[in-house]
Order: sequence, then C-alpha cells, then structure tokens
Amino acid sequence: MDALDIARWQFGITTVYHFFMVPLTLGLGPLVAIFQTLWYRTGEEHWLRMTKFWGKIYLINFIMGVATGIVQEFQFGMAWSDYSRFVGDVFGAPLAMEALLAFFIESTFLGLWIFGWDRLPKKLHLGVLWAAVIGSILSAYFIIVANSWMQHPVGIELVNGRPRMNDAWAVFTNNTALVAYPHVLAGSLAVGTALLVGIAWYHLWRRRVDGVDSVDAEGRVIVGDHPEVPGRDRVDYSVWMKSLRIGAVVAIVAGIAVAITGDQQAKLMFQQQPMKMASAEAACENGGALSILTIGNLRSNSCDDVTTLIQIPGLLSFLAHGDFDTDVQGVADLVPIYQERYGTNLPDDPRLGARAGQEISYVPLMPVTYWGFRAMIGFGIISMFGGILAWWLTRKGTVPTATWLMRLGVAAILLPFLANVAGWIFTEMGRQPFVVAPNPTGIDGVFMFTAAAVSPGVSAGEILFSLVTLTLVYGALAVVEIGLLTKYTRAGVPSAMPELVHHQPTPEERKKADDVLAFAY
Amino acid sequence: MSLPMLWFILIAVLWTGYLFLEGFDLGVGMLMKLLARDEKERRVLLNTIGPVWDGNEVWLLTAGGATFAAFPLWYAALFSALYVPLTLVLVGLIFRAVSIEYRGKVASERWTNAWTWAMALGSFLAAFGIGAGLALTTTGLPLDEHGDRVGSWHTFLNVYAVIGGLAVVGFCLVHGAAFVMMKTDGEIRRRARDFAVRLMPVLLLPIVAWVLIVQVDNGKWWTWLPILGAVAAVAFAWISLKAGEEKRGFLGLAVFIVLGVAAIFASVYPTVLPSTLNGAWDLTAQNASSSPYTLKVMTFVAAFGVPLVLAYQGWTYWVFRKRISTANIPDAHTIVAQVGDGRYADGAAD
Repeated sequence: MDALDIARWQFGITTVYHFFMVPLTLGLGPLVAIFQTLWYRTGEEHWLRMTKFWGKIYLINFIMGVATGIVQEFQFGMAWSDYSRFVGDVFGAPLAMEALLAFFIESTFLGLWIFGWDRLPKKLHLGVLWAAVIGSILSAYFIIVANSWMQHPVGIELVNGRPRMNDAWAVFTNNTALVAYPHVLAGSLAVGTALLVGIAWYHLWRRRVDGVDSVDAEGRVIVGDHPEVPGRDRVDYSVWMKSLRIGAVVAIVAGIAVAITGDQQAKLMFQQQPMKMASAEAACENGGALSILTIGNLRSNSCDDVTTLIQIPGLLSFLAHGDFDTDVQGVADLVPIYQERYGTNLPDDPRLGARAGQEISYVPLMPVTYWGFRAMIGFGIISMFGGILAWWLTRKGTVPTATWLMRLGVAAILLPFLANVAGWIFTEMGRQPFVVAPNPTGIDGVFMFTAAAVSPGVSAGEILFSLVTLTLVYGALAVVEIGLLTKYTRAGVPSAMPELVHHQPTPEERKKADDVLAFAY
Repeated sequence: MSLPMLWFILIAVLWTGYLFLEGFDLGVGMLMKLLARDEKERRVLLNTIGPVWDGNEVWLLTAGGATFAAFPLWYAALFSALYVPLTLVLVGLIFRAVSIEYRGKVASERWTNAWTWAMALGSFLAAFGIGAGLALTTTGLPLDEHGDRVGSWHTFLNVYAVIGGLAVVGFCLVHGAAFVMMKTDGEIRRRARDFAVRLMPVLLLPIVAWVLIVQVDNGKWWTWLPILGAVAAVAFAWISLKAGEEKRGFLGLAVFIVLGVAAIFASVYPTVLPSTLNGAWDLTAQNASSSPYTLKVMTFVAAFGVPLVLAYQGWTYWVFRKRISTANIPDAHTIVAQVGDGRYADGAAD
C-alpha cells in the first residue's frame, strides 16, 4: 500500500465512524425537542422523563460526533493537500460556513440546554434546545453542499487549471445537494426512531417479565407498578409505550421518505455519474433489467467474469428514467466514453509519484458498489418493515414477553445505521477513480483523480501512523460509548433523573440550592 | 484595504478568539491535575467550563475552515507539513472532549481518575501542538515551490516549535487559573490565585519570547506599539490578580492576548507561511488566497456570522455568570440496571 491507499483507508474509516454518530444526532435531536415541547405544552410527567432520558442518550452520542468531526476538517489539509489546493476556492466556503453559521449555534446552545435545566425560564430552555437541533440540521446542509460539489461540480469557471467559484448560489442550490440532503435527513430519522423502538421495546419487555405489567384475556395491557424499584411506576409505562409508538410511526414515515428521496437521487445520479450507477448494477451491457443476483468474480472488475442470475426486466429503466423500456448504459459502453473525455492514463507528473502515467480504471470496485447499493436498500426496507411490525405488535398496549423478539428489536437498532453506512460507502466508492467527479454537462477540465489529491509531501509512514493511532483511539472509544449507552439504557429513566432515586428536595432546600442546580458534570 | 488583507485580519481575529476562549478551558483542563486536590474540586473546575467549552472549541474549527476557504494554499501547506503534530493535537482534542462528557457518567474512582488524566494530558497536547503550529507558521517550514514539505516528518521539530508550544501551554495555565479565580469560591479560588500570581512571570516568558522573535525578524516599527501595550496589560493583570481583583486581572490577560496576537500577525504580514528553503516560495496573503469572488462571499457571511456568534456566546457567559464552589456540587449519581429484584434501590445510595 502506498500513501494514497493508506490515506483512503483512513478517510473511509474515520468518515464511516463519524457517520455512526451523526445520523443519531440528526435523527434523535428533533425527537427530543418535540418531547420537550409536548412537556412544555401539557406539563405531563412522561414527556419530561422522555426528554431527560432520550436527551441523555443523545448527549452521550453527540460528544463522539463532535470529537470525531474535528478530524474530518483537519484531514483535508493534512492528508489531501493537493485536493485542498485544487478545490479550496469552492469547497472551503461551505466548510467554513458550517462552522460559523451552524456548528457554533449547535455547540453553544446545547451547552445552554445541558446546564440550563431549572436555571433558564422553561420557554427559553425549550428554545435553546430547538436552536441546537436546528443548528445540527443546518450543519448537515453545509456538509452535503460540500460533498455534492465533489459529486457534481457547479457554479465555477476554470482559471489556471483550478476551479474558481463564480456563482455561490449555484453551489448552494446544486441539484445533487437538494436531493441528497432530504435523503440524509430521512435516513437519520430512521436511525433515531429505530433506537426509540428498540430501547423502548426492551423496557416494556422488562416490565412484563419483571411482573410489573400484565395482559388481560384479550391481550390488552394492565399497567402496574413496582414501588421498590425507583422509576418503575405507571408514568414509566407511558414513557416507553409513547416512545415506541411514536418511534414506530415516525420510522415508517422516514422509511417512505428515504425511498422517495433515494429514487430521486438515483435518477439524478444516472445522468450525473452513469458509471457509478452502472457499477451499482454490475451492468456490463446496456439494458433495462434490474439485477437481483449477480454472481461471478465481481472483484475482477471485468465484464467477462460476471453473470446475472436473476433479474427483473424493465425495473432498472424505471429506476433511472421512470419508464420501462429506455436502456441504461452499461459499463462496457461507458468506459470508452470516459477514456475519450478524461484520458486513458494519469498525467506524467512527478507529483503523482509511482502512479504517474498509470492507466486509469474507470470502473469502481464492483463488489463494493453492487453490494453497497443492495445493502443500503435492503437494510432500509427491513428497518421500515420492522417499524410496521413493532407498531402492529404493540397495538394492545404492550410488547409480547418473548425474549427473542426483544433481542430482535434491540438488534434492529443497527439496521438503519448499516443502511446509512452502506449508502455512503456506495456513493463515495462509486465516484472513484475521481475525487471530484466530472460534471457531464459542466465545464471541461473540472475534475480530479483521487490519485492526484493526496498530499505529495507526506510520507506513507506518517499516514500509517495516524491511521493506526486514530483507529485504535476510535476503537477504544467505541467500546466505551457502547458500554455507557448500554448502562444508561438498562438503568432506564432514573439514569437521567437522579431525583427519581435520591430524596426529593423540599421547596426550601430548592430555594437554598438555587445556584447549584444542573451541574451536569 | 484589499480582500486578502481583510481576511488575513479576520483569521487573526479567529485565532485570537480561539486563544482567548479556549485558552482558559484548556488551562482548566490541565489544572484539574495541578490545582484540584479532591474529587469535588475537580468537579468544580470541570463545571466552570462545562456549559461553554464546546462553543469555545468551534473557534478552532472556524479558524481552520476559514483558512481553508480564504487561503487554501496556506491551509494545505501548513496542515500537511505538520502532519504528525496535528495528529497528536487531534488525539488530544478527542480525549479532552470525550472526557468532559463521560467523566461523570460512572461513579467509580478508576473511571473518573482515568478521564481526569485524559482531560489534563489531552488539554496539554492540544495546547502545545496548536502553539507549535502557530509559531511555525510565523517562523517558517522547509517548503518547496508547490508548498509541499521537503524532508521527513520531524522537520517541524525546532526551537521555535518548542517556544510556541510552551507559549500557548503557559498562557492557557495562567488564563485558566484567572478564570477559576473569577468563577469559583472557597479554597480552590485561593489556590488558583497563588498559582497565577506565583507562576505568571515564568509561564508567560515563552509567549513573550515568541512575540519578540517575530518582531526582531520581521517586525515593523509600529508593531512595537501593540507589544508595549501587551506588556503593560500583563503587568496590570499581575498586579490585579495579586490584589485579588479577578475581573480586572482576567481583562488584563484578555488585552494581553489580543495585542500579543495582533503584534505577531501584524509583524509577519503579508507572509502567512515562510519557506525556510527559498524566500521566493513564501506563502503570502496574496499568493495563497482564494479568488476575490469567494472572499467577497465569505466577507458577507463573516459580517453576518461573527457578530451573531459573539452576541449569543456572550449571552451564555452572562447566563452562567455565578460563582460555584464545592458546596454546590451534588453527590455522584450511581447508575444501576432497573430490574425487578430491587437492586436499584440498594445501589442508589452514595
């Protein structure tokens, strides 16, 4: 492996890891804010408990997103300096705006929310949470704009071989971004709701096997309480039941939204990056059938080695063009077109090191794109059906006592995470060999090969050092985070509300301790 | 004023904001090992920065992002040349951030102790690395005509890097102690004052050395003015802290860092990153900048964004303006699985 390969592994590992935290932040944040809004409006205890518990889970996860996010920004300059030089005029702007206009809001107001309990007036305290949540949603927009520019460069002219922004509006309304953004938000909501359903399922199951809740002859719930276990009261039932039902309904809505936005995105991608979509299908020849199972040696990336066993005629045409008989271009057809437009070999530039003059392979790694595309869609669909199933099974007010069903519910938390990760791996690996994919209808010459993007002055050893260091640190912290999430989940609402366990302060004590409250750390 | 010059000033402002704000919370992070004597004191220190540290850290991200947007060649050359030290800065920042949030999440001595170390060492590593990087962008790195580093990973290791690293570490410690004096009460407040008054002259030596080195090498006659101002401010800060006038002392340190950074940036202008190999390969505000169009767009964004950030961050400090002391820190909360046999009730008492 040379510096380029190591740098790519590093970017892949750190980004995929970062994107475990991000969709949970994006998806859970609005739900917590809605719970707190409902508490503010109705004053009902279960909404408060839901806000506190899910808020705690949100924060345990949020910090990991913050910590790993800094790596993302620094990495462009550190490992991809030639990329940064090439795109800086356009790409730096959304990154800087993300920090200045979105991340500042998110971090500052979240600090106010964490420490503002009982200190800020209730309405204001709700407001700061909404501000933080909106900040995170805004931040996603800027990042998607930056990424979409790499997928589909717009709003630029070419000056001295480098793209120069000449239309910021075009960059920020890039149609690639406008379809990717809702897709990412819907996918994030799927992540947040799966967590709601899985954890709530566990607690409702726990309440049943512990004998707190039971069911009557018709299977309808009889809610009980166990006063000796802190927090196991009737309100606790409402907390989990409402979390589960809301989670399931929003999961279904999110699933539908993911499908619709994904379809729009795919249609656009067939025009913008036909090779990505052809390789997603392992489609060698032109045609209109969608592959259900393609076997052979996908790894060889050669069309002679793959055979499609099962396919649905016309479906690919439908996905790409909305009808059943327009052919979609296959890999074999596209390669010569790419070669003619963008060359057959990398430039003979000494800055490319050993890769100078190498032949360019325009076909992305087919096993990754083919299976990544299917994993994304497959996990997404299963996850949505999980939401429907959870909604149906709990229609009489609680969950069955079956342990395997509970385990399945908890395991299903992973599904939308995996769908998200698969989607990103597909879309980023499918863009190869480009780091900035050419815009087929845009300006000639605005594209960049990944091989030309890596920092020329940085050695493979250095990048290996950071890859190993960051991977070890990330691995250790993943264990810590999952351990904490499990601990807090098992402890239920009292984990986030010490007041349910320790004695309740009297109003006088409260007054005396006025300055004390809400020390979170 | 040209756009690159305006953006050069803005980058300087962002770094000043970063050093001023995260300066004290990096300092408090290190002081958790140096100043606090028991768990409650450590928690007092952590809670002084608890509501604000994350917002402070965004100044770093903004400084980085703005450099990328406004001076991509500077950003690319500096970050890639400092590959290994920046990796360590990242590790420091990661451990620090996670430590703040996770430290109190499990009530066991081993757990909190490990995270206190992560906080102190992470803060040190971040402060030192950022200081070294900032010093090197003023004194130069071995760059070729493309802005790529010549030589191996450790070419950054020189006396300037060490001075810069110590400069920021020293400033953070003093600034952190002054912040603790201002935000706490009781024994810890007194100890912070002793620390600041006794060690300030030593801890601020490296930063003064850095300012003087830059001034002697590149300064203009008028950049002596902010230096004189900074010296006056630091003397004022020391006298005030000694007299127990914490707010005035903190203000003095604020003026000191503003004028100190101003002196450094003004001295080196227009060079943003000199090449130690050939003066013709220096990166300057003009040859490293983005196009006028991009700078114009970013100017509108900054004109809107920076005052807004200052307003709501200022409000945050106002909300959390009260002093805290060990008496305010509630007992640790033990987290126990909520199962039917009532184990929770047993484990809950601390």
